[in-house]
Amino acid sequence: MNPAVLTGEHFMTGDVACAEGALAAGCRFFGGYPITPATEIAEHISARMPELGGTFIQMEDEIAAMASVIGGSCAGVKSMTATSGPGFSLMMENIGLAVCTETPCVVVNVQRAGPSTGLPTQGAQGDMLQARWGSHGHYEIIALAPSSPQEIFYQTIRAFNLSETYRVPVLIMTDEMVGHLSERVVIPKAKAIKTVSRPRAKGRKDRFKPFEPGPNGVPPMAIAGEGYNIHVTGLTHDEMGYPAMTVEAQAKMMAQLVGKIRRNLDDIISTEGYELEDAEIVIVSYGVSARTSLAAVEEARGEGIKAGLLKLNTVWPFPEDQIRALSERVKGFITVEINLGQIHLEVERCACGKVPALLAGHPGGTIIPPDRVIEILKEGF
Amino acid sequence: MTQTKEQTPRQEITITGFGGQGIVLAGRILGKAAVLGDHKQSTLVQSYGPEARGGACSAQVIISEGTIHYPYVRHPDILVSMSQTGFDKFIGQLKEGGTVLIDQDLVQPRGLEGDVFPIPATRIAEELGRKMMANIIMFGFFTVITRAVSMEAALDSVVGSVPKGTEEMNKKAFDKGCDYGVALLKSWEKKAKGREGA
Repeated sequence: MNPAVLTGEHFMTGDVACAEGALAAGCRFFGGYPITPATEIAEHISARMPELGGTFIQMEDEIAAMASVIGGSCAGVKSMTATSGPGFSLMMENIGLAVCTETPCVVVNVQRAGPSTGLPTQGAQGDMLQARWGSHGHYEIIALAPSSPQEIFYQTIRAFNLSETYRVPVLIMTDEMVGHLSERVVIPKAKAIKTVSRPRAKGRKDRFKPFEPGPNGVPPMAIAGEGYNIHVTGLTHDEMGYPAMTVEAQAKMMAQLVGKIRRNLDDIISTEGYELEDAEIVIVSYGVSARTSLAAVEEARGEGIKAGLLKLNTVWPFPEDQIRALSERVKGFITVEINLGQIHLEVERCACGKVPALLAGHPGGTIIPPDRVIEILKEGF
Repeated sequence: MTQTKEQTPRQEITITGFGGQGIVLAGRILGKAAVLGDHKQSTLVQSYGPEARGGACSAQVIISEGTIHYPYVRHPDILVSMSQTGFDKFIGQLKEGGTVLIDQDLVQPRGLEGDVFPIPATRIAEELGRKMMANIIMFGFFTVITRAVSMEAALDSVVGSVPKGTEEMNKKAFDKGCDYGVALLKSWEKKAKGREGA
């Protein structure tokens, strides 16, 4: 029998590394529905979960899969699902339910080219704005974007930790290229992995208010069946969890849902800079495109062009302040992503017309070659 | 173009064949040998789609001393072909002076000048009573001819990647491929010497 943490050096795909990251983070419930190119996550977890006493369930579709994840989490188990574009669309309503009910969970989207069925076996990064705004109403959510199998292992652990800390769904927006790429993955010893669990309900069971924020702005969570009286609803609710159909209750709940994320941007947002110190042209990228971008930065530097890369490990909430600060001193931005301009819109918004923000985009199906980024750089600046 | 500054020793390898020949497994064994055995960087990208089900199928492996940013193979240094369709599809991408290894019973290296390293891998596998081990025989041959990974790393990776209970058979298949490669190189050396002597 294999342990929960497969300490050692491996040669594994991004999908398998994602599954192992989840197990290392303490995930013990997976509810899913298979879809290319995310199937291997479910497949791997379905074999591993019983070894660890966890639960794997294949639901009838992605709507039910997302519902099962919310249920698993409410029962006190770290829960996740994994899907791709069409399934992600079906999960949207229930992702909103998880936001509204402050249910921690992790949703992996191994992106493929869309719209609709699109190119099932070929990658893209076309769901980035859907990740931000795909469910109805206004809300804050967290989305991470790993660019290698090693990163997806760590970011999956981080996704669980953020989700448990802030009681919010965390999305892992990876892509087919990373999901199906095999590479070295080093898994550390179990005790070297920091895992976080949600704040739990304490004190008198008859006085507990399930949606009353704790000291860090996040309500401690009662687990279904442990004796606290709880009421969970997708309706606008008060601190008791009861429906409250008033403008005031809506304002209070929204301030809670949005505020707990906006007050903690420093903890949630993670970016990495390469050659940014003296950069005149900043490439902004994430996921597999960040790898291509790094090759482009090195090539540009070789030609004496002062290019740098801002790699977004966290895409949502968007690192607005960093783009704003950079726009005060650089000549311009190029966003590299496999869509026709999504995160590019955010960069353009935050550059605020001070400097040009260009796009090196692609309609999907393959990765953007570094030469293409260099071409755009030379044409544009 | 993409390898500027990635000037560290780097080899790009494309392995092609039909779906079902164990092409992707061969790529996985190769990448794993480079990473776990030789402590280098390696990436494996596999062709994935309807064309991989019975049609031309490929595994793209990069082995490098340095970080690999762009994991797709565009101009392989080494092309390994176990089917004619695979050969025809990928031969145009081969780097000038690149190395070609073929299953000689399945591939006619049409229009190719320069060295081709042939092995009847599938036939040898059939003689061993396991046609499905042709990929492992080819991998042994590949290891001797290209030295892309060390012999020890290659063998460890084979043993660590095949289903439990089949290790010995696969080891034997790997050795067969190695022996064939060593004998081929020797016979070529002899021929070259003969020519020099004449």
